[in-house]
Amino acid sequence: MRPEQLLHTRPEGLYCPAGDFFIDPVRPVERALITHGHSDHARAGHKSVLATRETLAIMKLRYGDDFAGASQAIDCGQQIAVGGAKVSFHPAGHVFGSAQIAVEAGGIRIVASGDYKRQKDATSAEFEVVPCDVFITEATFGLPVFKHPDAAGEIRRLLGSVAAFPERTHLVGAYALGKAQRVIRLLREAGYDRPIFIHGALEKLCAYYQSEGIDLGPLEPATLDNADSGDFAGEIVVGPPSAFADRWARRFADPVSAFASGWMRIRQRAKQRGVELPLIISDHGDWDELTRTITETRAGEVWVTHGREEALVRWCEINGIAARPLNLVGYEDEGD
Amino acid sequence: MKRFAELLDRLVLTGSRNAKLKLMTDYFRSTPDPDRGYALAAITGDLSFAGVKPGVLRALGAERIDPVLFAYSYDYVGDLAETLSLVWPGGEESSGDGPPLAQVVDTLANASRSDAPGILAGLLDELDIPARFAIIKLVTGGLRIGVSARLAKQALSALGDVDVSEIEEIWHGIEPPYEDLFAWLEGKGEKPEGRAAALFRPVMLAHPLGDNDREKLDPADYAAEWKWDGIRVQVSGESGTRRIYSRTGDEVSGAFPDLVGAITFDGTIDGELLVGTPPDETGSFSDLQQRLNRKTVSAKMQARYPAFVRCYDLLRAGEDDLRTLPFRERRAKLTDFVADLDARRFDLSPLVTFETFGELEALRQSPPHPVIEGLMLKRWDSSYAAGRPKGPWFKWKRDPFLIDAVLMYAQRGHGKRSSFYSDYTFGVWTGPDDAPELVPVGKAYFGFTDEELKLIDKYVRDNTVERFGPVRSVRAEPGHGLVLEVAFEGLNRSTRHKSGVAMRFPRVSRLRWDKPAGEADRLETLAAMLD
Repeated sequence: MRPEQLLHTRPEGLYCPAGDFFIDPVRPVERALITHGHSDHARAGHKSVLATRETLAIMKLRYGDDFAGASQAIDCGQQIAVGGAKVSFHPAGHVFGSAQIAVEAGGIRIVASGDYKRQKDATSAEFEVVPCDVFITEATFGLPVFKHPDAAGEIRRLLGSVAAFPERTHLVGAYALGKAQRVIRLLREAGYDRPIFIHGALEKLCAYYQSEGIDLGPLEPATLDNADSGDFAGEIVVGPPSAFADRWARRFADPVSAFASGWMRIRQRAKQRGVELPLIISDHGDWDELTRTITETRAGEVWVTHGREEALVRWCEINGIAARPLNLVGYEDEGD
Repeated sequence: MKRFAELLDRLVLTGSRNAKLKLMTDYFRSTPDPDRGYALAAITGDLSFAGVKPGVLRALGAERIDPVLFAYSYDYVGDLAETLSLVWPGGEESSGDGPPLAQVVDTLANASRSDAPGILAGLLDELDIPARFAIIKLVTGGLRIGVSARLAKQALSALGDVDVSEIEEIWHGIEPPYEDLFAWLEGKGEKPEGRAAALFRPVMLAHPLGDNDREKLDPADYAAEWKWDGIRVQVSGESGTRRIYSRTGDEVSGAFPDLVGAITFDGTIDGELLVGTPPDETGSFSDLQQRLNRKTVSAKMQARYPAFVRCYDLLRAGEDDLRTLPFRERRAKLTDFVADLDARRFDLSPLVTFETFGELEALRQSPPHPVIEGLMLKRWDSSYAAGRPKGPWFKWKRDPFLIDAVLMYAQRGHGKRSSFYSDYTFGVWTGPDDAPELVPVGKAYFGFTDEELKLIDKYVRDNTVERFGPVRSVRAEPGHGLVLEVAFEGLNRSTRHKSGVAMRFPRVSRLRWDKPAGEADRLETLAAMLD
């Protein structure tokens, strides 16, 4: 069997004929295997969904009880048969509950990474290297210019700025699932114990993380009646980046606009968003993490998807690994 | 080094002009000589290191990283210094203060062409990512950090509480690290003026003539003259020094040896740089473009596209500064002055006689020469004032041409626009009515607001038919497509384009969400404009 017979792209997404399922399909299908809860990977409306318990819980929180016709939870490390294929899930280190999916049939094993990172993250199980014949890697930050510094150092810069500007509100843009909780957790690890104010869009997911035993400390809604001095001066407020361009942000005192994202490595990216304090904190691996991971899987062939495919393909060529871009559409790079 | 790196970083991330001015003024106030002077020179583009050119940086990069990966990185980041500072191995840890800026400048300035790359590589190895960025910016000159030389001069004017034109006027007589300039601005020294011959005089500019302005103006108060479609220049000769300046005070003499050779006079002329044989033969802007941005100009090029200046104004004649005289008197002096000059290189811009603005309006719409882009109105009694004072001068440009075209391809932008599909190829219909086809006629990447850019970007992503690297082909059929109203200044025949036409200065003037794609213009409409 050729690898392309085991998994190939269809308009709906990555398809496995042997098991008659799709991985992270972008349109409703009969049977979907979902790597993680970000909305471009986990969509509502499939007949049946197989995912980790955490990812299913996140989908339920986001889409309601009827997010799928039927759902089945799978533990990481457990292998089950789906039609004529064997599948297993393995931690991806991306966000809480995120997994890589290994698919085996006809003596071939392909691992679809979904999104992943290798940096330490107290809110997500550590990435597990799964040896395979074909590794399907994401490439969100697949250029050598992306070097994510230690996230704890970025949080120290944030706290330094809070100390330097006690009269201003620090607005930290962070996506609602994963990034926001990680930033809050990092602040706690750095010893920040004041209440952290959060935008309404973060409430359910933060509560869910807390209920799973991830200690985020005291969180309060960033509503007007919660502002002691009336304008959150000196406080840290975390919210989805889109909200900062909104009228919602007008309540804050002379805000310092910060944004936690791997894109913040590029000055013009920060500039374009009007970010004053860029924090380079990412859910995705940087260039070194991506290339190191490819090496460690010892895959003979690499398929590169959503992101900067061409550069990683080039790196594989230089390093004698067969590689090609996998043109999946519908995954946007804005999830970081 | 660290302070300079911080300044650059903050300037890049600061959008507001006033905040940028404050950052620079604060830096100049709190940084000692000579560091601040070298920083100023870096910002204004007045530092050059013979041993280090962008090619050297690319070569250094290529030694440390695969050239293809480097090219992908550069294409994404859009800035050579930032790309190299990031792809250079190591540097994630802070390197502290680093060497003082003046020391770095000194080391690199004294390095021979053969040693410089090695010295630079050594510095890059030592420094962290922000300091690397700063140092590469420094050696390459053009910073592209959203600060013009003029803005830096404005920061200086705020520092010393003097008018910016005073700084522009002395600028070409002073040199980095500008210790005399800072001493004057801080009240500790004399103004460093008159240090060189043939200095730049700040240029007078015009406001566009608004619809409401005409009613308020008396035609008898104004002279009218054609606005020629070349490059505004200032030509100055004094005690053997001969210079050609752009309107922002940058020296451009190097590209025009033929014209420099004809500066046999002692005076300063304001005029339009054109190519051709005056007065009868005036070349088009695309002819002029053959002469622009060249380091060296071949004899053949000079013979084929001879440069000349069509003279608008006389600012100085010998020792006499004429700028305070009224336009009427300057014009009379200019007429006499130009009569004595080499007629192949200098001619007088003719005045347009008129009684009413209605007459001028008709002339503006159908000017007698294709290289005229409109009219200038100048008050007979106006002195020559630096900047853009409202009232004495107006420009009244010909209306642009407009067509409705259909968006066909969109390309990701560079740098700031890396995440947006911001460069648009558009086409018009050709072929039979029952089977029309789009043929691309041009490309535009501005003319829309940031809000509109977001909307077009979304449209592109939602209507992608195919992807080729950074380019997306967008659904464009008679029944489904986005119509862009495109404005342009002129149309040339082109053998390089399938459509046979090339647009000059195309930009998106309106988004026609309301217009069905099938009703966009046809190629025949453009072809008719050629004749």
